This record gives sequence, C-alpha cells and structure tokens, in this order.
Amino acid sequence: MTHYSVFSVVRNALTGNRGWSRAWRDPEPRPEYDVIIIGSGHGLATAYYLAKEHGIRNVAVLDKGWLGGGNIGRNTTIVRSNYALDGNTQFYEWAMKLWEGLSHDLNYNVMMSHRGVFNLAHTPAQYDAFARRGNWMRLNGIDAELYNREETLKHLPYVNPSKDFRFPVYGSLCQWRGGTARHDAVAWGYARAADRLGVDIIQNCEVTDFLRDVSGSVVGVQTSRGPIRAKKVGMAIAGNSTLLAEKAGIRLPIESHVLQAFVSEPIKPLVDHVVTFGAGHFYVSQSDKGGLVFGGDPDGYNSYAQRGNLPTVEHVITEGKALVPAIARVRLVRQWGGIMDMSMDGTPIICRSPVDGLYINAGWCYGGFKATPGSGWCFAWTIAKDEPHEYNKKFTLERFREGRPIDEKGQGPTPYWH
Amino acid sequence: MRIACPYCGLRDSSEFNYGGDAERIRPDLSETDPEPWLAYVYERNNPRGPHREFWHHLHGCRQWLVVTRDTATHEISDVAMARDAMRARQSSGGRE
Repeated sequence: MTHYSVFSVVRNALTGNRGWSRAWRDPEPRPEYDVIIIGSGHGLATAYYLAKEHGIRNVAVLDKGWLGGGNIGRNTTIVRSNYALDGNTQFYEWAMKLWEGLSHDLNYNVMMSHRGVFNLAHTPAQYDAFARRGNWMRLNGIDAELYNREETLKHLPYVNPSKDFRFPVYGSLCQWRGGTARHDAVAWGYARAADRLGVDIIQNCEVTDFLRDVSGSVVGVQTSRGPIRAKKVGMAIAGNSTLLAEKAGIRLPIESHVLQAFVSEPIKPLVDHVVTFGAGHFYVSQSDKGGLVFGGDPDGYNSYAQRGNLPTVEHVITEGKALVPAIARVRLVRQWGGIMDMSMDGTPIICRSPVDGLYINAGWCYGGFKATPGSGWCFAWTIAKDEPHEYNKKFTLERFREGRPIDEKGQGPTPYWH
Repeated sequence: MRIACPYCGLRDSSEFNYGGDAERIRPDLSETDPEPWLAYVYERNNPRGPHREFWHHLHGCRQWLVVTRDTATHEISDVAMARDAMRARQSSGGRE
C-alpha cells in the first residue's frame, strides 16, 4: 500500500496517477476473530488503537452499509474540548490531543484546523458561567480565553453588533485550539491505517443477533453474511445502540433522535472561526470550499428516519440570520439528518456490558465527531484490558443506578434537551 | 409532519410539544424499592417502528395526546386523548 508523502504525490503526478493502490482491502469475513467491532465510525478508531496500542491485530470491523455512510460522515466538523464536568473534561481533552497529531499518526491528512471555537454569551449570568467553565478548563491545562463584548466583536466582525439585537452579544469564551477537521477524512484515515495493521473492514455486513455460549456470554455475532465468532465483541453503533443491546438483554438509557445539519452555497471567506449562538442553539463554521456548515438542536422526537422536518430547518436558519444578518440571502445547497444516541445525561457510555464478552460504546448525543480518536482509544483500552482507562472510567452504564450521572447541561433525564 | 388532533383536526407538528415515551408509568409514591424508580427515571422504549408517545397540543387546544407514530417513517397511525388512553390502560390492568 502506498505511503502518502510529497514524494508519492510527485511520483504519481509524473506517471499519470496510475500508481495509486486501494486505500484499504475488501476482504471476505473469516469465521473467527479475536475481536469484532460493530460499526465503522468510532469502531474504526477502536480497531486502529487495538492494533497499534495493544497489538491485537486479528480484528474485524463490521458495517451494515458502506464505510462512511453512517454517522461518521454526518457531522458538522467541529472539534473542541471545552467541557466543565469532571470526567468529560479529561476525556475530551485527550481526544483533542489525539486530533493534534492525527494526520501524522494516520499518514492521512485529516485537515485539522485550529481556528478557534467561540461560545457567545448574551447575558451577564451566561458570561459568569463561561468564566467558571474557562477557569475549570485552565485548571485542567486546557486553553480558554474570556472576551468581553468589544473584544468579541473585534474577533467576529460579521456577528450582529446591534444593541437592538433581541439577544445582544455580551461576551464570549474561546478555545483557540478548537476548530474543524475535514468531515470524512477521519473515516478514510482510520480505515486505511487500521487496514495497514491487518484489521479486516467488512462492509455490507449487518449484525442481526449475538452468538451466546451456554453461560450466556457473547462469543460472536450473527450477520447478514453468516455467523462470525470472536472472543470479544464491541458495539459502537450510536443511533441504533438500543436495538442491538436489546438482543443481548440490555436496556440502555438512550433514545434515538434525528439531528439535521446544513451546508450553504460556497461564499468568500467570512466565518473564520467556529461560532456558537448562546441564546438559542446554533453553531456555524465555514468549510475550505466556502460553504457555511451549520446546525442547531435535534428535531426533538424519537426517530430512525435520517431525515427531519421543516419547522426545525426554519428555526435553525432563523437563529443563524439573527446572529449573522449578512447570510440572510445565502442559499442552502445541502441538508441531511443523522440519528443520534441521546443518553439520559447527555454523556456517552464506554464500558464493559453486564454480559460477558460484550463491550458498549454508545450515547454520543450529537458530540461524537470530536470524540472519535478519544472514544476509539478508550474503547480499545477497555476491550484489551477488560477495565476502563482513567479517561473513561466515569462513562459507565451503572452511573445511572448509582446516582452519578454526568449532566453537562443540567437538563435532567429528558434526552432531547441535551 | 402533521398530527390529527381529536379536537382541532390535522395540525402542523410545530404546534405541538413532544412528551416522549407514553408507556412509562410512574411508580406509586409509596414505592420504596429503587428499581422501579430507576426504570421510571432512566429507561424508555426506543423502537424502530410504531412508538406510543405523548404530544402536547401547546399552541392549540392544550390537550395531551397519545400518538402512535412509526419512528422509521414518521407515519402516524393513531391519535388518542391521553386521558382516554390512560383510562383504557388502567381498565386493562396496567401495561399493554
């Protein structure tokens, strides 16, 4: 397989670009593996770190469709680690650190751009809350800058500066190391890197049930391409987690909801950071091709349909117009829906399941993209060592029973509010 | 998505507020076993297919409804007044 470098680009340019090989193989499933990972989003990252960090290379990643066709490609490209609750803070910062070296690690340009993430505050109380969050981040070694109204508007000249704005900008908290990454590169990068380490990526292979031994332990999976046995099975299929977990007799504290995202027609450089509107829920960045990539809240009802409804489209765009009036006449070119695992406290689950041999990675709400490297890294650790790493030890299934939910927004167990 | 409110007729979903899983029943307040409370607070039905769920016609008649909606297609097959649906369930002896 070709190692990507400036030399391979030049060599292939001179020879008519006929020398490129496939980025990954398309193998037939073998009857047995050491580890099977279901889902090729966070699952690809998991397989890569299992092979790289733990030397477990007899691994298969199964996907029910094609690689990149699920949630891994349905993101708004934002990467950040501005979390304020113990457990989240350390985990997302570790994911951020992995992002920083990811292109070199994978030999694949994930186009990580540290352009800064601005969270706008619109009231003194919100500003105080951001100051507290910023302090918490800095105490944990994470960068955070608090800006008043004037400083914020200097950085973001396109944001509505009017005092008559229904929610005038009061200030902001910025994480400069945050930013964006190319929306699909993380899938291709992890797939290629995992494949090079010997991981089998098996597409169009839907898991329909688990294989169990007499003691009830999971010893493999039943798939649309026949049974495949494995010593350990990890599931990372956010959006559909509850359906598969139910087959193993586990009732996850998760609801599936649809979240829509949007891309505008390409325009000249305007939004050079990631900006979030704090009085509603709206986030926007601009892609390298010039399209404004933005989104808001989920539609707010259980759904597996991968498409949303128009009232939410109108709501999100209205918020965008309020925040950046200049985009009022920019046309929309793409819109899509993804199915989110909305957990009861807004925080993911990465742990051993109550069933031996089965490991769960679920509940990403709509924050899974930025977490991909950290999620895979921690899930691989948990599967390889049969115990959580320091960074994911609080992301248990038992935290609900023990009364230790990690509720970043303080919304309580109403999943579509997280 | 439009919901056929028994009082108001076919109305846009933006007039309604979502209330979630309608199969969940609060334990009796004298219940001291934590297990039913754990289930009530944190567990929900999440089927791919027909889902019985509460909707509140907030910007209409303000009645709570139980809507049966397919989560894979968003198709609505049944709408009933929540009061009637709950009474029907009580007379049939709890969970359907």
